[in-house]
Amino acid sequence: MNPVLKLLVEGGNLTTAQMAQVAGLPEAEINRHLEQLKKDRIFLGWRPVLDLSREAAAAVRAVIEVKITPERGGGFNRLADRISRFDEVESCYLMSGAYDLLIFVQGPSLQRVASFVSERLSTLEGVLSTSTHFMLRSYKEGGYLIESAAEPADRLKVSP
Amino acid sequence: MDTHRFIARHVVDLPKSGIRDFFEIVAKMKDVISLGIGEPDFDTPWHIREAAIYALERGKTHYTSNLGLLELRKAIGRYVEKHYAVAYRPEDEVIVTVGVSEAIDLALRALLNPGDKVLYHQPCYVSYHPGVTLAHGVAVPVPTRADDGFALNVEDIAKAWQPGCKLLLMNLPCNPTGGTCDPERLGKIARFTVEKDLIVLSDEIYSELVYEGGHVSIATFPGMRERTIFLHGFSKAFAMTGFRIGYACGPAELVEAMMKVHQYSMLCAPILAQEAAIEALTRGEDSVAAMREQYHRRRDLVVRRLNEAGLKCNVPGGAFYAFPSIAATGLGERDFAYGLLEAERVAVVPGSAFGENGRGFVRASFATGYPQLIEACDRIERYVQKLAAAPRVKG
Repeated sequence: MNPVLKLLVEGGNLTTAQMAQVAGLPEAEINRHLEQLKKDRIFLGWRPVLDLSREAAAAVRAVIEVKITPERGGGFNRLADRISRFDEVESCYLMSGAYDLLIFVQGPSLQRVASFVSERLSTLEGVLSTSTHFMLRSYKEGGYLIESAAEPADRLKVSP
Repeated sequence: MDTHRFIARHVVDLPKSGIRDFFEIVAKMKDVISLGIGEPDFDTPWHIREAAIYALERGKTHYTSNLGLLELRKAIGRYVEKHYAVAYRPEDEVIVTVGVSEAIDLALRALLNPGDKVLYHQPCYVSYHPGVTLAHGVAVPVPTRADDGFALNVEDIAKAWQPGCKLLLMNLPCNPTGGTCDPERLGKIARFTVEKDLIVLSDEIYSELVYEGGHVSIATFPGMRERTIFLHGFSKAFAMTGFRIGYACGPAELVEAMMKVHQYSMLCAPILAQEAAIEALTRGEDSVAAMREQYHRRRDLVVRRLNEAGLKCNVPGGAFYAFPSIAATGLGERDFAYGLLEAERVAVVPGSAFGENGRGFVRASFATGYPQLIEACDRIERYVQKLAAAPRVKG
């Protein structure tokens, strides 16, 4: 595995200078690896992991199960891509099982998310049904615990 | 009242741990990056902690068999056979202890008559010499050397050997040096112990943390299973130091003798730790592999940086310690460590805490996250440069 990719997967939150130290490579080499990962569409971009429930203007989030009609030639892909392009859609996955797409959406209010579902998503040709679940509370976000944030290990400062 | 006169002579005579006074100073300082810690920085993997919680919920709060839960001993038997290629009967050849420390103590107390001698390599873990003394034995050090990667050599053992030697106590990979021993050298040591009729206490607590070539136990060599007490535990590989859980495997009669001491002193290892240990052995190997990979990369980072900083440092074959020579700075290991702490707020342990042969070295643990390690290496480099720029007159 690309050494930079390995460090990214581990989610260690390292700067490129730190990655250079850890991997034992010059920083320019780290940047070159990052560029290559971007070119290969493996590394898509940086995003912070946020707990917006602590923020007054918290976003409303929902998970929507969507059944769609596969098309001859394109299968689910064309419609999935079309749905994915809406700004409200954070993530979109093709699933096995009782429905076809699972999409994660986000909006400033319940009404806005609801109207996205009723007016735009479910009216798309090929969308057979939707089932929307609003998220009430988050316990873990992108690998981070929300409430019981891991406290720093309480180790003795010197031990044998 | 003079209470001192009540204290047993051999306890009075024990030296204070070389780490203790250093710890007192570090504990009072702020913003110290400590490379002085002899335990993993990783928390115990959650599934293991969860197993302990579940055990508590199910009311697992009672004594266990003196030898430990049979289910755990069976799991230990399977694990040791799979990874070390030695088979032990869970019924009478395995005993669960309160960390490897207790297992070593049990073995020493069960096997030593007053005055019996114990060969051990040095630098070594801080408890070896005092442990032998407390069991009324005589500790006989065998030096290991930096130019040899701190491996243990049969020639040195033979040189140190004297009439009355009964045990060889060894720790490979070694805390503090990270030294390991290749199978060829180990085979020679094995033959020597057979020739001299020694029992080997083999503390293999760091054996999962070997970075090249894999680990070989001395118990696998011809004639060695019957004269080896294999000592191991969960603290390092499974990051379970605070659980205090370890074990010993060996010939039934020796395990029985250890069990006698154990039953009259400890009774049994804590049941919650035993339950957690079952989970660790059953489903914990992926976590071990992931942590080993991290230590491996940290080792490469720290060893490279220490050498670049001008501190000659071997690549440790195992464990999570670098043991660089600080001779080039012109300082002794204590002055170096105290100076580094004072000037740059980085704690390393003076090598002399691990015995006379540790003079001229310091132990730097890399059981710490990357950002701290990098920062610590930067500070060490700065400190060494400053020393070089303004050489102190030794007084």
